[in-house]
Amino acid sequence: MSPTAAMLLPMAEGESHFPPDPSLFWQPLVKFGSIELFGSEMTLAITRPMVVMALTVGLLSWWLIATTRKAAVVPSKGQAGTEAVYNFVRNGIARDMIGSRDFLPFVPFLFTMFVLILFNNWMGIIPPVQMPTMGRIGFPIALTLLVYIVYHWIGVRKHGFVGYFQFMLPSGLPGWIKPAILVLEMLTFFVTRPLTLALRLFGNMFAGHLLLVVFIIGGWELFLQGGLLSIVSLPAWIMAFAMTVFEALVQFLQAYVFVLLAASYIGGALVDEH
Amino acid sequence: MQLTASTLTAVPVVTAAESDPEASALPILPYLPELIFGLVAFGILYWVVAKFVVPNLEKAYAERTAAIEGGMQQAEKAQQEAEAALREYKAQLADARDEAARIREEAKEQGASIIAEMRQQAQAEANRITETATKQIEAERQQAMVSLRSDVGRLSTDLASRIVGESLDDQARQSGIVDRFLAELEAGNVRAEVVGSEPAGSEGQGH
Repeated sequence: MSPTAAMLLPMAEGESHFPPDPSLFWQPLVKFGSIELFGSEMTLAITRPMVVMALTVGLLSWWLIATTRKAAVVPSKGQAGTEAVYNFVRNGIARDMIGSRDFLPFVPFLFTMFVLILFNNWMGIIPPVQMPTMGRIGFPIALTLLVYIVYHWIGVRKHGFVGYFQFMLPSGLPGWIKPAILVLEMLTFFVTRPLTLALRLFGNMFAGHLLLVVFIIGGWELFLQGGLLSIVSLPAWIMAFAMTVFEALVQFLQAYVFVLLAASYIGGALVDEH
Repeated sequence: MQLTASTLTAVPVVTAAESDPEASALPILPYLPELIFGLVAFGILYWVVAKFVVPNLEKAYAERTAAIEGGMQQAEKAQQEAEAALREYKAQLADARDEAARIREEAKEQGASIIAEMRQQAQAEANRITETATKQIEAERQQAMVSLRSDVGRLSTDLASRIVGESLDDQARQSGIVDRFLAELEAGNVRAEVVGSEPAGSEGQGH
């Protein structure tokens, strides 16, 4: 590594950060020391994803209130933009998945979920933030927890506690197979659904961010090698650009899939009978 | 290359945090403060959306639906009104045609009756004129008769007096012989062949 490179890339101990590892996602900004929790040490800190999350909540609140405060029959440009997103969630997701009879009470929940996830995902490619909040599993788990509570709660409210478990069983099954199916269905309702919901979002954001880092930092590392390798950094960066565009699509898609599945679970719990 | 630069700015932070147990923890294990922060963040945004955003948008939707439905009703009403007006107009047109035909018919009848009346009047006038003329002629004839009578009487008496040789003028007139003679003559009591002798006779009777 040349002295110029060391100046350009301020690496504290002169060690390489390529290839990137998961520790990349641990970015505490302010630390308050550490505590002992469940027998293991935990650092108390305000992390970068937290700040990004707070920023998105603030911006979204401001934007949504500003564009809908004087919501009119003939919408302004801002209102039309917000309405397009709102329509997408309201009619394209909530009404289609839950049904036009009961969907309206869940629209605020699903809309909040969608805009929050989408904006946080896009924060993974928006400079200068470039931190996909959902790449930290705590956030997908928090959102999944809410979806989990909501669909079980409304399921129990509609069918009753025992009725909810009976409802999980498809009707018309022979008696001897019922216990096995009930176990499978309970596994689906209580384990598979939340696990996949959280991990899908987390995995996509985590891997997508690593991929971008690989191409960008990798390109940088190649550039610093000098000679022929410096030229190779150009295709690496072109690839980084292409992957960024691709990521934008994936980030939108993951927000959409998350909310679509949440709506589908809610709709499923509200179905009258199998 | 802002993309690259901003990613790199994060690198020192990572380096400084590498000693934390979280840096080496499995990435699928949640960092609890982040989980809790996520719940709180969602809660805040949910409150904003449910309290301010959705009610306003739904209200605008309801108003829009109402406006569209109202507009459609209005259009339907206008259509009905237009149809009613067209029907009325057509009815009026038919009435007007009937009326025109009726008036034409009446005019024809009236014209015919006027002509007939005029003809009648003309006839009556003609009759009247004829009658008047007849009356006038009659009157003139009477008048001529009266004057002729007196003339004839005078001439007769003159003649008679000349023949008789004495003036019977006054006497004759006073006695009304002539008048009586003429009246008899008119009444047809005196024959034409006795005219020559009768006056003499009557005069002779008179005397």
